[in-house]
Amino acid sequence: MLEVEDLACLKGDRLLFRDLALRLQAGELLRIAGPNGVGKTSLLRLVTGLALPEAGEIRWRGESIRREREAFHRELLYLGHAPAINDLLSPLENLRFACAAAGDEVDADSCMQALVRIGLENQLDLPARVLSQGQRRRVSLARLFLSGRRALWVLDEPFTALDVKAVADLAQALSEHCAAGGMVMLTTHQDAPFALTPRVLDVGAYAC
Amino acid sequence: MLSTFLAVLRRDLLLAWRGRADVLVTLAFFVIVVCLFPFGVGAEPNQLRAIAPGVLWVAALLACLLSLHRLFAQDYADGTLEQLLLSSEPAALWVTAKVLAFWLSTGLPVVAVAPGLALLLDLEQGALPVLVLSLALGTPILGLLGAVGAALTLGLRGGGMLLALLVLPLFVPVLIFGAGAVEAEMSGSGAAAHLLLLGGGLAGALALAPWACAAALRITTD
Repeated sequence: MLEVEDLACLKGDRLLFRDLALRLQAGELLRIAGPNGVGKTSLLRLVTGLALPEAGEIRWRGESIRREREAFHRELLYLGHAPAINDLLSPLENLRFACAAAGDEVDADSCMQALVRIGLENQLDLPARVLSQGQRRRVSLARLFLSGRRALWVLDEPFTALDVKAVADLAQALSEHCAAGGMVMLTTHQDAPFALTPRVLDVGAYAC
Repeated sequence: MLSTFLAVLRRDLLLAWRGRADVLVTLAFFVIVVCLFPFGVGAEPNQLRAIAPGVLWVAALLACLLSLHRLFAQDYADGTLEQLLLSSEPAALWVTAKVLAFWLSTGLPVVAVAPGLALLLDLEQGALPVLVLSLALGTPILGLLGAVGAALTLGLRGGGMLLALLVLPLFVPVLIFGAGAVEAEMSGSGAAAHLLLLGGGLAGALALAPWACAAALRITTD
């Protein structure tokens, strides 16, 4: 489904990695590993199409993602390092906007249920600036329950700042997504209790 | 197709309302700059009347410039911009929504208080409708052109200063035809030509600037 070939990433004037290839099939969970600064986040941004590769090609369902950008983005859910939460809006407003901006038709009730499910039932109407780091992370993760039909999830350090129970819940949600034929690509330095063993890609092996 | 447009518009207007102090600062800046002129050039009514269109237009332009850097800065910092760029809707569409919300929250108040300030500078009452019309047509152009500059200078150190250098020259034609419209009306030669040119400029900017802005945003977030 997702194919990456001969990928090279240039950051400033430094080549981070080159000749990177990967293939992701339906139902697979891929963990991007490697030490800090090796280019894990850069790889995820390349795969989402937010950044342009120095060389190489990325294909989704056989089509280059640059040529079929809109079709690809309809099936992609990317949660980056920054949680995309505005301080002046409540978690509910933030979540509704995130869904609407991505083009998902989601009503207020489903958003509320997603936030309750992720453990924010007491913070629904508070401005996001009073939330803790972990709670902010949860607001953006709530989108996973609303945009589930998107096949490819690309998650940058999703477990950061989450407590033990939330990590277990998230790992379960990711496993369920894969079991339903979805694909997950994530970076993490944490051990999470996945139901299936993730395949590991070490970016360090392709470093220059 | 319109859902992203409406979602961005609604959110940005809500944010402008919650952060209304920023909007009021822009408006207060506009009022104060205009009020400084009588102190600087003397309270001679004939002289004030002659410089009123230019003063009001330059003040409106600076007020717009003052708030332009806020257009994308917060969304860039918190990651919302990345999410918007990953939307399956065309980026030019939600860029237009952002500029529209920006104009409604900073341009429209300036247009609304301009007639009062014009009277303060003893502008003929007959020229007030032309002043309002020229500002209503011209300030959206400033917003659209400025959005391209704001997108290009996003995340740069000293971006605000660079933004001013980048967009102020582009504002010159708008200033010439905007202030020119009011002067033409005062001199009795009619403002229609100036206003039509401003209208044409707005149509052109509306058609082109969102695409340029979207392309610039893709470059700066790369």
